[in-house]
Amino acid sequence: MKRQLMVFVKQVPDTKNISGEAMTPEGTVNRSALPAIFNPEDLNALELGLQLKERYNFKVTVATMGPPNAAEVLRECLYRGADEAILITDRAFAGADTLATSYALSCCVKTVQNVDLILCGRQAIDGDTAQVGPQLAEKLKIPQIAYVEEVISISDKAIKAKRAIEGGYEVIESPLPALLTVIDANEPRSASAKGIMKFKKAKTRSELAKLLRDADYTDAQALADKESEMTAKNLWIHEWDAAKIQADVNRIGLKGSPTKVKKIENVVLKASKVVSIEPTEDGINGLIRELIEDHTLG
Amino acid sequence: MTMNTKGNVWIFIEQEGGKIAEVSLELVCKGTELAKKLGVVSEAVILGDHLDGKIDSIFHYGCETVYQVEDQALEPFTVLPYAQALVKLLKQHKPNILLFGATLKGRELAPRVASEMLCGLTADCTDLQIDDFEDKVNKVSYKDKLMQIRPAFGGNIIATIVNTWDDPQIVTVREGVMKLTAPDTSKKGKVVKITPELSDEARVMKVIKRVRKPRTVDLKKASIIVAGGYGVGTKENFKLIEQLAEALGGQVAASRAAVDAGWINHDYQVGQTGVTVRPKLYIACGISGSVQHVAGMNESAKIIAINNDPGAPIFSVAHYGIVGELNDVVPKLIKAFKAKV
Repeated sequence: MKRQLMVFVKQVPDTKNISGEAMTPEGTVNRSALPAIFNPEDLNALELGLQLKERYNFKVTVATMGPPNAAEVLRECLYRGADEAILITDRAFAGADTLATSYALSCCVKTVQNVDLILCGRQAIDGDTAQVGPQLAEKLKIPQIAYVEEVISISDKAIKAKRAIEGGYEVIESPLPALLTVIDANEPRSASAKGIMKFKKAKTRSELAKLLRDADYTDAQALADKESEMTAKNLWIHEWDAAKIQADVNRIGLKGSPTKVKKIENVVLKASKVVSIEPTEDGINGLIRELIEDHTLG
Repeated sequence: MTMNTKGNVWIFIEQEGGKIAEVSLELVCKGTELAKKLGVVSEAVILGDHLDGKIDSIFHYGCETVYQVEDQALEPFTVLPYAQALVKLLKQHKPNILLFGATLKGRELAPRVASEMLCGLTADCTDLQIDDFEDKVNKVSYKDKLMQIRPAFGGNIIATIVNTWDDPQIVTVREGVMKLTAPDTSKKGKVVKITPELSDEARVMKVIKRVRKPRTVDLKKASIIVAGGYGVGTKENFKLIEQLAEALGGQVAASRAAVDAGWINHDYQVGQTGVTVRPKLYIACGISGSVQHVAGMNESAKIIAINNDPGAPIFSVAHYGIVGELNDVVPKLIKAFKAKV
């Protein structure tokens, strides 16, 4: 049997490139207007996973937890060479903080079984917490190596990886299974044209059901037939709910989340009274004089 | 139902070869302030090997007790033995609050610990306060909880988060945001030495090689900072920024865009993913002023912004704005300063 690694990815709002349309007249961000993108460091994790597939013949299984339309990032993974994709989706997961999220992901790993290595991006740009990777490792009681730049080698039982530390790097050896969080240290490949041609047809059960409904075709047998046909062609994106991964309902979603958000304030850049200085010698001499007089300079 | 909070305020002290990280001392100051408000004391926990004689400053900044945990496996840092030793202590002493610096180590260790303790964790806090919290959904009121305040959504919102489960309330706090109070070098405290009795499972990871260069620059200590952004244009042009810094006796810094462009290394980055600074004078050259950058410099006493785009957001946080080309304005600044001094 092939050895298996999993890559966890996330669809996130593009918080780094906020266009004018996503700004309210008050100068705050309209979060719902931000486009959804593949979390950048998860692309680095996927890239590392695909490189390990090439080097060590791993099977690469990708998974994401999110709403039904997060299937899009899974297709992006298939375009690039992932072998199997799982969408973890259920209303019961909504409102999860990092503890409840890592618990749900750990249930997913246990359902997949026989996973030698787990890769996650270091952090997602919507929350920037970097917590889910280490928490998932703890939930599975396996070692974690954070901030990985590259994998040096993998043997049957151990992994050697180079990772960033404050002011430098170190090489760590850890037994497998292990979890790595990956930083922006490789060049993620683009989707291949061939991959897109084939896997744009990959669907989750909800997506397929919707297609059939739209075609006024609601026969359960038709759905089942189509599912086995797509599975045979490797075009099936698994859609798993809380029951499928045997998650304890008290440990997922809002219920499983110890942290509560008390208050959200939008950041508005403070409008101070800016003194405009002319870019002329006079203007600049005046500014320097003022700063010397008030002891800021000199 | 009202839940009371008990237990002390704990600070995780990060060290490397016996040298304590400055952020840990900043947290000792903040933690001591929080402890006073709660009517408890602040205590520190430090893990490593051969730490005798290296921990006095923790008392000087306000801790009453230091738990000194020593084992060969705790130097250098690896996450498994650190997490195991720390979790044991937390279960035994039940602190109310536990503070970590939001460093690479802190951000790797705190989630592992919080997950095992089944605690909430808030990353990268920029402020901490004590307040009551009413969970209206579950109809529970909490007295004297830790308000965990952090930027989120790429810095576009500020969220106040509360941990409602069992203590400890765990957070990581960004470097440089909590101020160091004046140390009292006469202050002493109690040292509790601990041998962690680590399991074999906690010893499975090996550090094979370690390469470290000490930070070459300390932006936090600079009183004048001249920072360049993407608007500087080229690596060649970045020399202008260095020349201005040199002329003013200041320190060069950069925005993330300039670091990403490869003009200067990450040690010099100011902003949410870099260093937070509050110098006497901050000169932003060709920096547009993203929320992420501004979060790291807007407490500077005086801010001068130089940008050729009069609509750049940096002007809204600046005290002085100069709309113009850097190649023109910067040499004029250097000339003017040299002429006056």
